[in-house]
Order: sequence, then structure tokens, then C-alpha cells
Amino acid sequence: MGTASEIARRIEAKDIRDRWLLSAPALIIIALCAIGPLTIVFVYSFLTPGDYGDVVWKFSPDAWISVLFQRDIFDGTWSFADAHLSIFWRSVWLSLMTTLLTLVLGFPTAYFIATRPERTREIWLFLITIPFWTNLLIRTFAIQEVIRNEGIVNALLTGTGITDRPIQMLYTDFAILLGLAYVYFPLMVLPLYASMEKIDFRLVEAGYDLYANRWKVLRRIIIPLAKPGIVAGSILVFIPSLGAYVTPRVLGGGVKLMLGNFIELQFGQGRNWPLGASLSMTLLAIVLAALFMYIHFTARRGGNTHG
Amino acid sequence: MPERPEKSTIEIRHVSKVFGSGENAVIALDDVSLDIRENEFFTLLGPSGCGKTTLLRLIAGFSYPTEGEIKLYGQDIAPLPPYKRPVNTVFQSYALFPHMSVGENIAFGLEMLGRPKSAIRTRVEEMLALVRMEHLRDRKTAQISGGQQQRVALARALAPQPKVLLLDEPLSALDYKLRKDMQIELKRLQHETGITFIFVTHDQEEALTMSDRLAVMSSGRILQIGNPRQIYDRPAERFVADFIGETNFLTAEVTGLANGKAEVALPGGAKIHALLTEDRELNGAVSVVVRPEHAEIVSNANGADLKGRLANIVYFGTDTLYHVVLETGETFIVRRQNSRKSVDEFSEGTAVGIILADGSAQILRD
Repeated sequence: MGTASEIARRIEAKDIRDRWLLSAPALIIIALCAIGPLTIVFVYSFLTPGDYGDVVWKFSPDAWISVLFQRDIFDGTWSFADAHLSIFWRSVWLSLMTTLLTLVLGFPTAYFIATRPERTREIWLFLITIPFWTNLLIRTFAIQEVIRNEGIVNALLTGTGITDRPIQMLYTDFAILLGLAYVYFPLMVLPLYASMEKIDFRLVEAGYDLYANRWKVLRRIIIPLAKPGIVAGSILVFIPSLGAYVTPRVLGGGVKLMLGNFIELQFGQGRNWPLGASLSMTLLAIVLAALFMYIHFTARRGGNTHG
Repeated sequence: MPERPEKSTIEIRHVSKVFGSGENAVIALDDVSLDIRENEFFTLLGPSGCGKTTLLRLIAGFSYPTEGEIKLYGQDIAPLPPYKRPVNTVFQSYALFPHMSVGENIAFGLEMLGRPKSAIRTRVEEMLALVRMEHLRDRKTAQISGGQQQRVALARALAPQPKVLLLDEPLSALDYKLRKDMQIELKRLQHETGITFIFVTHDQEEALTMSDRLAVMSSGRILQIGNPRQIYDRPAERFVADFIGETNFLTAEVTGLANGKAEVALPGGAKIHALLTEDRELNGAVSVVVRPEHAEIVSNANGADLKGRLANIVYFGTDTLYHVVLETGETFIVRRQNSRKSVDEFSEGTAVGIILADGSAQILRD
């Protein structure tokens, strides 16, 4: 009597126990490496900065207010911080432009690789990922070398007489954009390739057969089928661009700050750890907002693809 | 110009297709010429690698001939891209767009042609009704069965009312029963739409049952063009006879020629008359072919055309095949239809005779 259901219940209980045991290592790592440090950052953002860095354990909302406002050092009144906003704006704008640029360049690249014979595809992918194995700092300095006033590009421009003076490229937004696009290009190409590789290119033939020209085949067949890759690649480029530190540091020359540099400044010269913490949380919030948009976007289409 | 009895939809003139170059060059089509008539169900039949799909792809425009002309109602379409040809294809893999519904798939060609929205809607409904898929219009293509996908592929290709419909082994992925149904369905669709169908298959039975005419291909060449009866009863050469249906080949000696027939001596010594498929000098050993159903097996070997030992009896339901090993060591197969009266009068291992029906033997080009 009831033995069957009892056995079922026992098996289910064991299943649940096994599942917890199996996921325990992952949960411990998440707790130690993500939730723990984030909690510290969160707590620090509500404390008072110490004189030589570090924090004083006294509650203060100043750090959060300082994200968008600044206190006058003489009369102590708050005013809107244009400089902070422009850094936020530059970060978001440059990240968007980086995403767009890598997408525009990455799409034909991924398409090219996906349409090669299977054996040569791996070689192309390998070539795309090679720069990734080099230290980020070295790659960034390499770009600096290319675009600085005495660099190869300007030497070519002045040497051939196209311009009579070198064009200032280094320490501009353009330099940061170029650097970010170069660094994150593989992160766009790889997911794009992954989704394009799955496309049955007989569908392209079917498109041609049904009176679609090249442009319409691209718009109506290839792009919709590559959409998961476009979305994944955009997320993978946008998020790290937003928090980029080395690239804007080296190529922006400390003049053109992005969020990453601004946060670093608070922990370093600024000696305002709570502000650094609140800015970090703000960055995290922007990233999470972008991720939620992504989830929302894919969830709506997801129902269709899993038939 | 001599007058043609029927109008040609497609004229293929001296078309060759070579893939690769230099030492790696592969000749996929070798000087192929062919006329396909209006409203015809025409089949390209041959083993894989014979060039039939290559020819179909040239007509569709997915690749271009190395040499020769492809004319559609007199206009050379060989240089046109596929989207400028009033020709549609049903792909072997169906190639339905996975990100679109059944209805959107069918509408695609019409949209690309810039037809007005209301006209597209009406046409899609018509096509859904034609292939009996009205209830599945809003389904995704991954949510319907293989047979249903097949129908959608057909409806999608027929919707823009092409001059010619190309079908690349469209039934090969279906199971036997569904394939039989779709064969009938295809004939009905061709009849109802009046569109010229060019059908590619390696299945000789499919080719024989469905085609108005068919071309048998091998190694990039067309070996014979004719209606199913001509191809089956009067194969032009050994390859055709061997590829279509089952055939017995006998080595025989020519002993005389008279009004289109040759008198030949069979391995056992018996003399029969064999039809000649072409005028040519004949002497010495030739190949004589006889279809299994044109021979009769008898228990009394005296007076039979061939003598041998019954090696194997294979029961097929409707027919029985008798494998007879002749005195020369060659195997000769006799097919006999089973009737309710027939009893197993033969047993394996016994001596039997074979009588060839009049006019059943032919001498073929090797």
C-alpha cells in the first residue's frame, strides 16, 4: 500500500540531494568570487572615505549622491556634475559605437569564414583569435604606435602628401573606439560565426530561386537566421567595452576618461573608495539593464525557435 | 526548319559543365542536348554522379554551363541569375525557411516579385488548398512532419506560377507509403497546374510510373530519351537495360541477319531471333538481353531455349523469381506472376528449361 509512491518520493528526495551536491562547487565559487566581493563593494559605497584611502566605518549617502552631483568644497552645496555625466555618456556612446563597428566589420568576416570549405574555416578562425593570445596592454601600445603623430599612418599620410601635418588621432575618442573595436573584434566574430555556421546555405539558394536578389536574401534570410549571433556578439562586445580600462587609459591618455578609468581614479589618486564603490555599482546596474534587455529580446523569439 | 509536333518549353543545346580545372577537372555534363515539351512530366534518371542534378542546377541557375545554351521558350537563360528565371525548384532537403511560418514560406516568392498584398493572401490560400494544408498555415516549418514539409515546399515553388518546376529527388526522404501517395499527388498537381515538371530521381520505378518521358543519364551523358515503355521495352544500350528493371544478359553467337532481326545461337545451342536496336555489322559474340518476365520456366527441359539448374526461388508476394544457373555458369532470372492457382511445382536444385517469348530477345550496344 503506497509503496510505489513512497519509492517515488524517496527517489525524488535523492535526486534533489544529488542535484545540490553536484552544483555545490559552482555555488561555492559563485558565493566566494561574486556575491562576497560584490557585497563588500555595496557596503563600502555607503561608508565615509578615509583620509589616506580606505574607509571610515560611518554611514554616509554622499558616495551615491556624488555619482551625479558634486559638493562645493567651500560652502558644501551640491551641484550637478557635468563631468561625471559626460564620462557616463562617453562610456555608453563609445561602447555602442564599438558594438556597431565590430558588427559591421564582423558580419562579413563571419559570413566569409562560414562559407569557406570546412577545413579552411579553422585556419581563418585561428587567425581571428591570434591577437587574443597577446597581452592586452601590448596590443594597445601597438595601436598607439600605429596612430601616434610620428606613427606609421601619419608617416604615410604626410609622406605621400595627402596631409601636410600629422593628424592628431591619439588621445581622442576615435583612438579609444579604434582600440576597443580592435580588442573586442573576435568577441563579435565568434558568436556570429557560430550562428552562421549553422545556417543551411541551401536556404540561400532557395531564396535566389524564389526571386530574391542578393540584398533581399541577406535581409530576409541570412540576417534573421544569424540573429542569435548578432545579439550574443553585441552583448559580448558592449559589456566589456563599457567597463574598459586599459584601452581608454593608454589611447585616451588620461584625458578622455571612461567609467573604468574614473572608478580607478577614485580608488587611487581620488582616495574616495566609497565613490569608487558606488560608481562600480552604477556600472553594474547599466550592464544588468543591458542584459535584461537581451534576455527580454531573446525570450520573445525563443518560443519560436524551440519548435 | 522541320516543324515540331509539340512546343518545346526548354531546349538544351550542347551543354557541358566542367568542375575544377587542369588535372582535377571533372566533366559533370558532356555535350548534352535535350528538348522538354510544354506541360510535360519529364524525368532525368540515373545513378548518383551521372550529372542529372548538375543539369537541373543549370536550368535553375545555381551554376552556369561551361558551354552550350539553355533556352526557355526560345530565350537563352543560361547567363541569367536564378532570381531572374521563371523557374522554381523543390529541393531535396525542401530548404524551407525555418524562421517563417508555412504561410510566409509560400508567400515569399510572391513578395519578392512585388505582388500586391491582397493578391498574395489569396494565392497563399489557394496554394494551401491545393496541397491540402489549410489548417497549418501559421505553423513553423519545424513543427510539421516530413510529408507536410514536402507539400509546403511544393506549394512554395508553385505559388509564383513558374513556367517550369524543377524537382530534385523530392521524395527520397519519405518512407515508402508516403512516397507512393506523393507520386500520385505530384501527378495530380502537374495535371491541375499545367506546369512543365522536370523531375530528377535515381529511382527507376518512380521514373517509370510518373514520367511522360524520361532521359536516362550516365557519366554526364544522356543515353536514351523516350517514354517509359520505350525505355523499358527497347533500351538503347546495355547500361539502360541494366539500370532500368532487371535484365538477363546472355552471350550468343550471331549466325545470320534478316529484316532487322538477327539469328543467334544461345549458349545451349538453341537458335532464336533477336531484335537489333541499330544497324551495324554483327559477327561473332554479342550480348543478348531478355527481361525476366519475358521468359517462362518449364520443368521439361526438352525443346526449351535454355537449360539449367534451378538454384534459388525468391518469393516476392506478387511475383516469384527463379534463379536458374545455365550450363555456361551464367545466372538467368525468370519472373513469374503468382496467381491463386499457382503451386510450387519447382524445387531448388532440379533441372529446368527456359522458353523465351517471341521478340523478347534484343541485341544491345555495349
